[in-house]
Parts: sequence; C-alpha cells; structure tokens
Amino acid sequence: MRLPLLALLARGAAHGYELKQDLELLLGSAYPQPNVGQIYVTLGRLEKSGLIEGEDVEQSSRPNKKVYHLTDAGREALHAWFEETEDEPRVRDEFFMKLALAPQTGLADQIALINRQRRQYLNTMRNLSKLAAAENRDNRIAHLLIEGAMLHLQADLDWLERCQEELEELE
Amino acid sequence: MSDGSAAPLLRAEGLVKTHHGEGAPAHAVRGVDLAVAPGEFVAITGPSGAGKSTLLHLLGGLQRPDEGSIWLDGRCTDSFGEARWAVERRKAIGIVFQFFNLVSDLSVADNVELPALLAGVPPKKARAEREALLAELGLKGKERSMPGELSGGEQQRVALARALVNHPPLLLADEPAGSLDSKGTREVMRLLSRFHGRGQTIVLVTHDARLASAADRVISFFDGRIADDAALDGAPSRRGGISGVLELRD
Repeated sequence: MRLPLLALLARGAAHGYELKQDLELLLGSAYPQPNVGQIYVTLGRLEKSGLIEGEDVEQSSRPNKKVYHLTDAGREALHAWFEETEDEPRVRDEFFMKLALAPQTGLADQIALINRQRRQYLNTMRNLSKLAAAENRDNRIAHLLIEGAMLHLQADLDWLERCQEELEELE
Repeated sequence: MSDGSAAPLLRAEGLVKTHHGEGAPAHAVRGVDLAVAPGEFVAITGPSGAGKSTLLHLLGGLQRPDEGSIWLDGRCTDSFGEARWAVERRKAIGIVFQFFNLVSDLSVADNVELPALLAGVPPKKARAEREALLAELGLKGKERSMPGELSGGEQQRVALARALVNHPPLLLADEPAGSLDSKGTREVMRLLSRFHGRGQTIVLVTHDARLASAADRVISFFDGRIADDAALDGAPSRRGGISGVLELRD
C-alpha cells in the first residue's frame, strides 16, 4: 500500500479520500473496497518516515483536511521501487506439503486432496469470470489484473492435473 | 451431480471404448456413467489423451461404444444405426468441433442453412433462422463470405450457428476454443454462457479451465474415467471473497 500511494502522489498533492477514489477508479471491481482508514494510517506512516508531507487545509463547513505531497526522499523511494524487479510467485506450498505428507500420515488421500483443491480453484475461476464480465470494458488495467489472476489459477489447475496423472499411475 | 429431479436429457451407463490401432490397445473410456439434466451446462476437463473427446464422440453417436448404453431424452440408442444417429445429430444434437468443420466451398449462409434444409425446414424459414442467428452472433454482413475468408473466431461462431439452427435440445462442444486466441476463447465462452442462460443444455469438452468455469458442473476426466464430478456454486473463496484478486499489503 505504501508505494502505490506514493505513486498516486507523484502527479500532485492529494488528500486521503481522493487517493481512495483514485485507487477504486484504477483497479475497478478487482480491488477490495479500499479501506479509507488503512489509507490514513499508511499516509501517517509515510509522513513519519519523511516520504510525504501533509498540510492542513481549512474548509469552511467541515473539519480541516490534510493534503499530502511527495518529498524528495519520497520521489527517491519511488524511483527505487520502479527500478527493482519483484519476486516471482511461489508454488502453493501449504497444499504441496499436504500432498507430500498425506501418504505417510494415513490420514488423507492424495487424489481426494487434489479433487477438493480443484473444486475450490474452479469456483474461484468462475467468480473471476463473473468479475470480468461485470467490469467496465474500458478499464483495461482492471481487466489485465483479473486476467492475470485467471492465468495463475489456470497454471495451478494444470499443475494439479499433472499431480493427479503422476499419482494415479502409482495407485 | 444431477439430483434426479428432472429426467435426464442425456444418460450414459457403463460406457467403454477401446481404440485398436497400431501398438497396444488404448483404453479411451473405461466405464463411464453420466446423466445430464435439461438446461445443465456440464464441462468435461482433463489432460490430453484422457479420453474426453472420445467420450463426447460416443455421446454424439460419432463413435459407437464397445460396451454400455446411451439414452437421449429417455430413448435408448442401442439399436440406432448410422442413419438414425445422423438424424439425431440434425435435430436433437448440435455439435461444434475444435477445427470448425465448416464446408469450405459453401458460403457462410449456406453452411448455416444446410442442416435446416436437410431437416425438412421450408427454405424461407431456414433463411429467417439463419439471419437471426448470424445477427445474434455478430456475423451480419458475412453471409456471402467463404469460411476460409473468416478469422478462426468467426468460423467458430458460424459453426455455432450451424449447430443451433435446428434448435437441438443438446449442444455438444469439443474443444471449441482449442484453436482460438484468448480473445476468441472469451467470445466462445460468452456465447455458450448466453445460450445456456436461455436454457440450452450443453456438454463441453475442454482443457481450458477458464472455459470450463463457465459451466455449472465440471467433470474431471482422467485415464478414461470420471475422477471428480463437482457442481460449481460460485461460493466466494475465503480470502476476501470475489474482490480479493489483488492484495495491497501494509
């Protein structure tokens, strides 16, 4: 949350509620309703670490609002963020450990584990399809995000299929 | 996962099919029981070579089982010959294939009208049906094109129109997006969902989980057998429900 908020402030000063709206607009329905409280907390932390500065702006009929802008240190942190590559996603380790350990325990059947996990992935896939169908066609970023999630899930499902092929041969 | 509340539109019991080619016999289908209720959308998924296409061919009478029986809307097909199956595929079963299988030297319009005319529909009505379907599938203005002039996605839509022109109660689809790009895949998915929404019964064979997730029931097929048969209820996952796609930490 910290770096995305910094990135939104790179365009110019904004207050917390504006940032929440910007995030909603950018990510569409694929983003869980941004919690405005979480945004204010994060902004407080960013200010404390000197990456942004806040300024109270008086409003006639409402309490003052705080408008934030990026500091030089904040801009520097953003540069570093864009500069770095990210870690690749991992194999679902918890499920893999269940699969690997099931035969030794005698408490669970590997194929049953795979079938159950597949059901959950397929249900999630269905939800993602619905989400994509409901999302505004013009919001490319939101669609790319959903498609990314679907492709990851497809890979997880392909991998479950491989596990099942291998393990059924052993049975 | 048919609950038996409606008489199945399609029922199979004890289906077995072994391919005898060169080398060892391939046990493509090894004892399959299946019931599909009217209005159901069932996807059959599994690795290539698992026998899922063979299963679909058995259900459409394109191949005959070595053992077992198939009932179409309660009618036992054991005694059906080639000609009778051909009639069923004209009237009761529509089929779309991975490679479209359009007649290459017939126009788009003729490809769609032909099965209607063969089924004895008056030419005027066949043309009206064709016009309505092509418009619905976004192919208006392509009537005179030849299949080879169309993109893969467009050809598959023509194939879908051809399969549905006689309003068959059952639609079988064999890897309908298997030779399409991701845009074409989404298109096929959207159209299948739309027809299903109007009550079309669909049995879809696919290795594409995205496509399969459009169905309300997914059968996992491994090594000639049903390994799992699951209704997709679209229950939200534990993590943040439907909108938990992206997680912004901290």
